[in-house]
Amino acid sequence: MSGVAARPLNPLFWLGVPMVVCAFATLILALPLRVFGLQLPEPVFALIPAFAWALIRPSILPPFALLVLGVFLDVLWGGPIGLWPMCLLSAYAPALAARRFLAGQGYGVLWVAYGGACASALAVGMVITAVRTGAPPALIGVLWQWLIAAAMFPIAHRLIERYEDADVRFR
Amino acid sequence: MSLRDSPFGDLKVPLRWTAAAALVVAVGAALFLLFTNRPDNASGQAMASLRHAADSVVGPVGDVLSAPIRWARSGADGVSDYIFAAKQNRYLKRQLMQAQRWRDQALALAEDNGRLRALAGVATDPPIAMVLARTVIDARGPFANTRLANAGANRGVTEGNPALSEHGLVGRVIGVSPTMSRIMLLTDPESRTPVLLERTNARAILTGDGGPNPQLAYLRTTEPVRDGDRVMTSGDGGVFPRGLPIGIAAKGADGAWRTVLDADATPIDYVQILLFRDFSQLVPSGGLAPDRLPTAVTENSTATILGSRTATVAPAPAAKVVAPAKEGKAKAARAPKPRPAEKIAAGSAIRPPKAAPALGSPQAQNRKSTPVKSAAKTPASQRPPVTIGDLLDQP
Repeated sequence: MSGVAARPLNPLFWLGVPMVVCAFATLILALPLRVFGLQLPEPVFALIPAFAWALIRPSILPPFALLVLGVFLDVLWGGPIGLWPMCLLSAYAPALAARRFLAGQGYGVLWVAYGGACASALAVGMVITAVRTGAPPALIGVLWQWLIAAAMFPIAHRLIERYEDADVRFR
Repeated sequence: MSLRDSPFGDLKVPLRWTAAAALVVAVGAALFLLFTNRPDNASGQAMASLRHAADSVVGPVGDVLSAPIRWARSGADGVSDYIFAAKQNRYLKRQLMQAQRWRDQALALAEDNGRLRALAGVATDPPIAMVLARTVIDARGPFANTRLANAGANRGVTEGNPALSEHGLVGRVIGVSPTMSRIMLLTDPESRTPVLLERTNARAILTGDGGPNPQLAYLRTTEPVRDGDRVMTSGDGGVFPRGLPIGIAAKGADGAWRTVLDADATPIDYVQILLFRDFSQLVPSGGLAPDRLPTAVTENSTATILGSRTATVAPAPAAKVVAPAKEGKAKAARAPKPRPAEKIAAGSAIRPPKAAPALGSPQAQNRKSTPVKSAAKTPASQRPPVTIGDLLDQP
């Protein structure tokens, strides 16, 4: 794919809109809501574009968009600033590296890859937290978070399908 | 002019490499943010300002967004109360009967407690002001467990203030903006709380790990911990006052002792932020300052530290000696030598019983200084020594 001039695909649509939707959805799920007395899960919506953007097309903008989105998560959730940017970029990096392999793969394969990207992100989060606090976070909480994140793959697939064919040269 | 029409329109860019380069730069920026973000440097202060500004914006937004949910819940509760009124009435009557029994016991215990505290000369902690706040944002992931509450610096909240629900300790304030405060829960991986087990007085550090049951780390005890042991704040380190309820001890699946938090009993919609800064709040103004400085009797080989304390309390001539060496020796020689029993009576922390002041009254709050003054009025030789046995024999 290298050496090909990029036809402008409006970043406002494939980067801006998902960013805003992710931020808003995260804010809604951060409200102290309960259904039948149970706390709602806290899915990391930002993992969806982190995986999808790498497959849609390689670009300079997504890493910085993920940086901004990660800082937003850290500020909203009260974690150390820089934690979620690292996690999101850790999901983006393997997806970008495996982009040639993943392009055109079926639904199941992409889901497995998405699960792997989510696991990569949460593993980096565990390492950073362990380094900062001197003890690893509870594995059950991380597994629960990973399950919820992996269950959101249909949204990521929808985003990929929406923009994957926007520029035929990136097929 | 669009990009295609510009001279750069035909520029061929290796997109994968530039994307990879952008990724490396972004990772570098994230690592920079992560590891240079300390409270004592400019980067940390900038991030703290960013957090405060963001909390000031996000808090009201969360408050507005959660308003329809609160209204819906309130409406549903109203309908439920109306439908189940008879059942609730029966339940509340039973609760009331139980509560009346507890109230009687509590009154008797409070009376006993007040009398024993007065006998032992233990100062009663003065009440500490609280601020009621509603939580508007709730982070409950594995790497951060915090809440945003809608009370900030304009209501007196400062960093470090403990936050409680109606059942027990929830966490402490780690960031304050004018209208919002960020509370780190006990379950946060960065949370460390000094605690004690009520039954054995064992000390431990309650260590959050992102799970629902924080671990009792660094447990120091000679007696084994049991399931159901009450866990409360120890007050060590001065961040929390002693005795705030936290939960009960329970053996975790990993074999470590953990805590089932009292605060998990009900949703933490509202929190009470205790405006506690440090232990100096628990002492009346001037209470830490000694009433009289110890005498500066020096170069007297016969004087002991205990003797000088006796002289401080009793109106002996040596009490006001701050003089050249020879004169000090002469005055110390003229002073009557206290007998051992008198030394213990005057210098001991155990003091003769006196009438117990009402809890919370100015007399109770000034109790630390009062006994010393009264002891000074009575010569030490006329006061009998008080023993533990005497105290136990008191009605």
